[in-house]
Amino acid sequence: MTVPLVEIAGLTVDFGNDGRSRAVDGVDLSIAPGEALGIVGESGSGKSVTWLAALGLLPARARVGGSVRLEGRQLVGAPVRLLESVRGKRIAMIFQDPSSCLNPVHRIGRQLGEALKLHRGLGGATAETEALRLLDQVGIADAKRRLGDYPHQLSGGLNQRIMIAMALAGQPDLLVADEPTTALDATIQAQILALLAGIRRDTGMALVLISHDLGVVAENVNRVAVMYAGRLVEEGLGQDLFGAARHPYTQGLLAALPTLTGPRRHLAAIPGAVPEPGKAPAGCSFAPRCPLAEPRCMSEPPASRRVGLLHRAACHLQIEPGFSAWNLPKAAE
Amino acid sequence: MTHALLEAADLRRHYKVRAGRGPFSAKATLRAVDGVSLKIEAGRTLGLVGESGCGKSTTGKLVLGLIPTTAGTVRYAGNDMPPAGSTAWRALRPRMQMVYQDPLGALDRRLPVGVQIMEPLAIHGQASLAERRERAAEVMTAVGLQRHQFDRYPHELSGGQRQRVVLARALMTEPDLLVCDEPISALDVSIQAQVVNLLLDLQERMGIAYLFISHDLRVVRQVSHEVAVMYLGRIVEQGEAESLFAQPAHPYTRALISAIPVLGPRRKRLLLQGDPPNPVDVPSGCAFHTRCPFAVAQCRAQTPVLRPLADGRQVACHRVDEPALQVAA
Repeated sequence: MTVPLVEIAGLTVDFGNDGRSRAVDGVDLSIAPGEALGIVGESGSGKSVTWLAALGLLPARARVGGSVRLEGRQLVGAPVRLLESVRGKRIAMIFQDPSSCLNPVHRIGRQLGEALKLHRGLGGATAETEALRLLDQVGIADAKRRLGDYPHQLSGGLNQRIMIAMALAGQPDLLVADEPTTALDATIQAQILALLAGIRRDTGMALVLISHDLGVVAENVNRVAVMYAGRLVEEGLGQDLFGAARHPYTQGLLAALPTLTGPRRHLAAIPGAVPEPGKAPAGCSFAPRCPLAEPRCMSEPPASRRVGLLHRAACHLQIEPGFSAWNLPKAAE
Repeated sequence: MTHALLEAADLRRHYKVRAGRGPFSAKATLRAVDGVSLKIEAGRTLGLVGESGCGKSTTGKLVLGLIPTTAGTVRYAGNDMPPAGSTAWRALRPRMQMVYQDPLGALDRRLPVGVQIMEPLAIHGQASLAERRERAAEVMTAVGLQRHQFDRYPHELSGGQRQRVVLARALMTEPDLLVCDEPISALDVSIQAQVVNLLLDLQERMGIAYLFISHDLRVVRQVSHEVAVMYLGRIVEQGEAESLFAQPAHPYTRALISAIPVLGPRRKRLLLQGDPPNPVDVPSGCAFHTRCPFAVAQCRAQTPVLRPLADGRQVACHRVDEPALQVAA
């Protein structure tokens, strides 16, 4: 196996004064150079917090433990100078709502110029040429005019393209895209995802795609990690994970998704709701909602086990491929 | 029954706006809804899909009379909808209710949810307090809420439970029609399935008709009998859900459906260029021609009207019958 670009080991994040609100609970993940990894989970599963913690972007009251290594260099607890040389330059991040990430009172050109000056030390005419090239790269027509526009003059899709251009300004090795298309319409979402795929093909940049939409992840990455209540419950290649999920939560997410083709079926709804941070049960966090839960699931947190090639699941039960917890009569209730 | 439960004909809603910035710029008309006709049978679901700004939410409010129409008629159970605000309209309102996207925004944070669930009966002057309580308990059970949650405040409930409260409140008056405006968009995937199943279950048990407004095509397919696709204030395609999703006829419907990411093997995608145009400045002819890969000169000049296809579906496209278009699909 190649040397990982980023290796996260035993990452924990605690919020609150008493530190008992655990948002991320022992996450292990690694990303190879040029790889595309998808992170799936519902709101509050810790998928965004993991990456904010890795880049030291969480507020001071959050306590981060464990390790995040970028090519061997520790980022957790690293001095600000080191983090500043990583953010944007090695690892860039884009977010769900582009218009709230851009400064509304500055022109696009100035904001792009700032990123180019900060990360690459470019200024004047060189910066403008590079800015025009970046806008062209993200598929914005009439780039020269756009540099003089303010964010509110552009649509949501165009603003997200600007955000991607700004993220590319530092020529990062890894782009973390946190729900990049959730705020966009379906046809615009398809455009942005095609753009990200094209950029990855051209630059060889690694991508972490965070999304709650299994379809978005399935189409755009090779490897997928599923998070639930701050823990990684399953991890595997896309076709294994979506074709032969082993964790009851992943299986539940798949069974809850209506399809576009084939006969309409009754959706298997996972009962209950995601536990609030800090109120996760002692054992497996999914146990209270799991149709297969046994007494030990309530008391003992399951360790992550290898269930196939590059396929791991954190479940006490040895679920065979093809068996779904949600086809049982008990789950239909 | 001979009449559809709800029948809207040629609904229009235009807003006067300023075309540019500043108070002295030219006046313009924003055609939020521009000639929409639709029909919902009792106990059935019409799904209304389209991208943001296409007028689907405005259509939902127009059919209930929550905002005045610029033109067009709405008939409810065969009779003209009385003017909004009139006594007759108010008497009709318990029969049709609205469910919004954001349950926290639709609920009063300072009142226990039980009180809010009982409120519609108080407004419509039905039943004593004891009867209201009893009915609220019944409805709460029907939507899967526990009796002890009656005294909870909205912030004490999860997103899915709040949406159940909103649904319970809408069901209090035993409506025949629910207009659901993105009822599950704010919810997590596993919770969405709970609410979708609940809506289907309620329809089966109580025979409620839904106007289901959503941008999520997968969910619309799951719940709808019929589907109407809107683009810039007009319906471009309308028909039976199964065939519309299996064989979309209008290029826009086709693009919308092919834009949905899928888990299985990837299909060939019809990727549209650019953004939807500004609704203040709708393109001439077919409003979709600026993004349509099949547009010809006729599309720029002439606005297509909805025409029936062989399978009963209605499509507003000049080129829909051309074999070339079918091959390109």
